[in-house]
Amino acid sequence: MRTINPEEISTRIADLVVAAARDLEPDILDALVTARDREERDLPRDVLDLLLVNADMASRERIPVCQDTGVCTVFVEIGAEVVIAGDITTAVNAGVEKGYGEGFLRNSVCDPLTRKNTGTNTPAVIHFEPVPGDRLKVTVLPKGCGSENMSAMAMLPPSSGIAGIEQFVVNTVINAGPNPCPPVIVGVGIGGNFEKAAWLAKKSLLRQVGVAAPRQDLAGIEGRLLAAINQGGAGVEGFGGNNTCLAVHAEIFPSHIASLPVAVNIQCHAHRHKEAVI
Amino acid sequence: MSFLKVSPGFTARMRSLSLPLVDRDLEELRAGDLVSLSGVMYTGRDQTHRRLVELIERGKNLPVDLAGHLLYYVGPTPAPPGAVIGAAGPTTSYRMDSYTPALLALGLRVTMGKGARSATVRAEMVRHRAVYLASIGGAGAFLSRCIKKAELIAFKDAGPEAMFRFEVEGFPAVVINDLGGNDFYQMQTEGRELGSRL
Repeated sequence: MRTINPEEISTRIADLVVAAARDLEPDILDALVTARDREERDLPRDVLDLLLVNADMASRERIPVCQDTGVCTVFVEIGAEVVIAGDITTAVNAGVEKGYGEGFLRNSVCDPLTRKNTGTNTPAVIHFEPVPGDRLKVTVLPKGCGSENMSAMAMLPPSSGIAGIEQFVVNTVINAGPNPCPPVIVGVGIGGNFEKAAWLAKKSLLRQVGVAAPRQDLAGIEGRLLAAINQGGAGVEGFGGNNTCLAVHAEIFPSHIASLPVAVNIQCHAHRHKEAVI
Repeated sequence: MSFLKVSPGFTARMRSLSLPLVDRDLEELRAGDLVSLSGVMYTGRDQTHRRLVELIERGKNLPVDLAGHLLYYVGPTPAPPGAVIGAAGPTTSYRMDSYTPALLALGLRVTMGKGARSATVRAEMVRHRAVYLASIGGAGAFLSRCIKKAELIAFKDAGPEAMFRFEVEGFPAVVINDLGGNDFYQMQTEGRELGSRL
């Protein structure tokens, strides 16, 4: 067994949330450069240039890429041989609070009824997953709500089939229009049950941008969805063109014989994510 | 690296305008125009809107006279020591739709955020001769540097949702809804068959 102190988890999480807010990862930067290079219209191409300048400024000048530093979603994979010397939920939230405070990030978490800001950006939304081994892997996905608000879920009848899944995803993204800050990444969760589909859609956003699903039929769905969404015409920021979507990531899980859950989680172009292995 | 420059064509196509905009500016703007704004603007997002409209409903004065002005939908990150403001890009505008007609009735002439407005707001904007602009969503760091002065005006307890007065220089935006009722977003998607590739 390997013991990890909660303080170490907090410190690492704090560093990760600050870095995530300021430094975009190569996968999203590469996807934006690719979109810029294939964009034919002046305005959306210039805006993509500006987004790359923005990313560079954020990193160099240590300022958030986007003012919506989000609700912090934290994925924690706990090795079976790991012992935490304390409460891990408290440790994660302490790290989020420390990072948002020290990094001058925006506190965007409030009571849903009174709308009173909690003032610490906590509680984070934490997903724990037991895995083999003696390591702890933490991934932070601070996600803005322009994109999160455009996400949707459907419990389709199985007769809808692949065509029904694709129609629902395309409708959701096209109806979102300019609101989620396109070019977007679209996470799709297929199967499982109600919450499993949503979790899969969110989790798919952690995949390196543009890497196809290993299962061939699923990769086919991803490719068709990407083409169909980009036919919609919204384009970069809704300013037109064929770069509405950078990538579609789909994840799958067996479902009930009576059920075909589909969840669509939209991610903005400011796709911020960082991970560390402790 | 070669890509780390705003395209010179972008800057060249921008039309420079001083805030607050005058009638002639508003009349000349067309959906799709790229503008560069300099001067004074006020800010507010969800909580500021809720409180402004509550004040109007109770017959009270607003913290600032918005007549003729631009209201920018933003909730900035806190300013680090020595900085004017933190990241300060636009937030999604539809959440303000239910409050916007009351502010247009007081003479607000320009709103700026990102994303589409409701049919009601679009109609009210035409009626009150107001325009809607979108700035660049997700460019909070870049836009922060266009803000030369930031002063807290009201609702400090709302934290990031407080109301500010900004003095900006070269703040970029695109005209979405002009006085003629055109909608730049709709112009991009019209005629495209929904999911035609499926």
